[in-house]
Amino acid sequence: MVVEPTTSASPGLGTLGLQREVRRVTIWGRYAKNRLALLAFIVLAALALISITAPLWEPYNHVLDQTRTATFSPPSFSHWFGLDEYGRDVFARAVWGGRLSLWIAFSSALLSTVLGTIFGMLAGYFGGWIDAIIDRLIELILTIPFLLLLILAAAVARPSPTSIILILGLFDWPVLARLVRGEFLALKRRDYIEAARSVGVAPTRIVIRHILPNAMAPIIVTGTLIVAIHLTSEAAISFLGLGIQPPTPSWGNLLTNAQNYVIASPFLAIFPGLLILITVLCVNLLGDGLRDAMDPRQRA
Amino acid sequence: MVRYTLRRLLQAIPLLIGISVIVFLMIHFAPGDAAQFAISERANEQQVQQYRHYLGLDLPWYRQYARLVGNWLHGNLGTSIIERRPVSTILMERIPRTFELVGLSTLFALLLALPIGILSAVKQYSMVDHAVTVVSFIGIAIPSFWLGIMLILLLSVTFHWLPTGGTQTIGQPFSLGDHLKHLLMPVAVLTIIQTATWSRYMRSSMLEVMAQDFVRTAKAKGLPNRLVLMRHAFRNAVMPIITLLGLSLPTLVGGAIITEQIFAWNGLGQLSVTAATKRDTPVILALVMMAGVSIVIGNLVADLTYRIVDPRIEL
Repeated sequence: MVVEPTTSASPGLGTLGLQREVRRVTIWGRYAKNRLALLAFIVLAALALISITAPLWEPYNHVLDQTRTATFSPPSFSHWFGLDEYGRDVFARAVWGGRLSLWIAFSSALLSTVLGTIFGMLAGYFGGWIDAIIDRLIELILTIPFLLLLILAAAVARPSPTSIILILGLFDWPVLARLVRGEFLALKRRDYIEAARSVGVAPTRIVIRHILPNAMAPIIVTGTLIVAIHLTSEAAISFLGLGIQPPTPSWGNLLTNAQNYVIASPFLAIFPGLLILITVLCVNLLGDGLRDAMDPRQRA
Repeated sequence: MVRYTLRRLLQAIPLLIGISVIVFLMIHFAPGDAAQFAISERANEQQVQQYRHYLGLDLPWYRQYARLVGNWLHGNLGTSIIERRPVSTILMERIPRTFELVGLSTLFALLLALPIGILSAVKQYSMVDHAVTVVSFIGIAIPSFWLGIMLILLLSVTFHWLPTGGTQTIGQPFSLGDHLKHLLMPVAVLTIIQTATWSRYMRSSMLEVMAQDFVRTAKAKGLPNRLVLMRHAFRNAVMPIITLLGLSLPTLVGGAIITEQIFAWNGLGQLSVTAATKRDTPVILALVMMAGVSIVIGNLVADLTYRIVDPRIEL
């Protein structure tokens, strides 16, 4: 307990003869104390900035222009990542690939999170047959191995960013739904919810206005981690040739042929994978940092 | 416990039936079908249609499904449309390949992750702990296909120590040493990634257990630290790992799909990619069923082991 001369922060305490500085504790404040998580946030913000502003400084034709005379060139000052098997600038392809991959990962994670929250809410709060049906559905989807399911869906669908977003989003909500369901089951027994119900507040309003805000923390954390999972999944699908089709670049399909050409130019394989690694790492650190920052049991 | 097991198994049957129907419909109503993949590319439309009729692929979906399930009930897994061989033969060839890959890497991951996790927890916040945390974070984030390619780059292309892929050197008779050399890198990839995840779980579980009162009591009683750790803390901390182990059973069946692609490993994972791309329904359904059964069994074994390890748990 620190006794310090105070300004006008707490006149009430001042009259008691106690003088203490009052500081507002915010989630960002707690988050930023974790330096690793802060670094992760900065890296991700930079990546997002680069991806969003890409059309302004890296025209799309750089992705498609081929220089057949200089294929497999190593990195140089004009081409930071070198040239690929068709003589295309790998850096430009990486930037635009990242734009696409990040967009897909983010959108599909959003879709999964929203779907998972809705289903979890319905199952957790209303119980009964709604819960039974949703539980069966969750079990059904979770019993098929995720990658196998993705491969099947991607193989039978027309490969396009939209279909990949839909596939990832529609098949990855069960885990979050289970989590939300658990939270709602626990929260609906709280006294203030009981009170609201007895006064006659409509169920919809109770769920949305009263329970949901208290369940947001694990939803946000898990949603963040889902972004990392979807990023890796999209890369894996595209790597197998079932996702984004060349010549449209995505971080996954940049690696598809890299294995065949690894003798000609190892850089083709190193850079896209490194980008995926760094991004996933930062997203995981972000999620972990958020979890620690929002944990009510830890005093900052 | 027997009744519980039976109940779980009975509950699983409608689940598995449901999965088979959904997957079958997914393949059936998708554009394109196996006939065009199974036949030579120079065939014209009429020949493809003839072949389709010969295979019975133009029957309504419920009749095709009934035929498949009818075969299953007689113990016949059907014939692969693409390979024109019995599905069971194909599976018999590939299962040992995947089993040795996933089995070995799971074993090594377990042998590595448990001590690493315990060490990290016991020496929390030390240099060792930080180093382990950083490495395991990277291990979790690294894409398996990239790790595989990097290892190939390093060990095969640069140093020529190991072959780039396949299960054995072509043209030479089978030798264990040769096979082990081919096995090394794919197992390494799977082990690294698996160890990273499990050591994190082990660490957090161990920390949770060590903070509990009974551990403090054991220490206060004067038990040597090692005994406290091994006899009391570890036993309780290992439970989440048991669950994870049970949940990793499907990988044994689903195959390490990406790793098998990279290293051209003739396992179930590679099979599933080919079958999915070419719409080979009997093979796909057999694989999905295997995966489904293994998940059900894996979950069941994990729950039963929980009960054995901690008798307080009510099933």
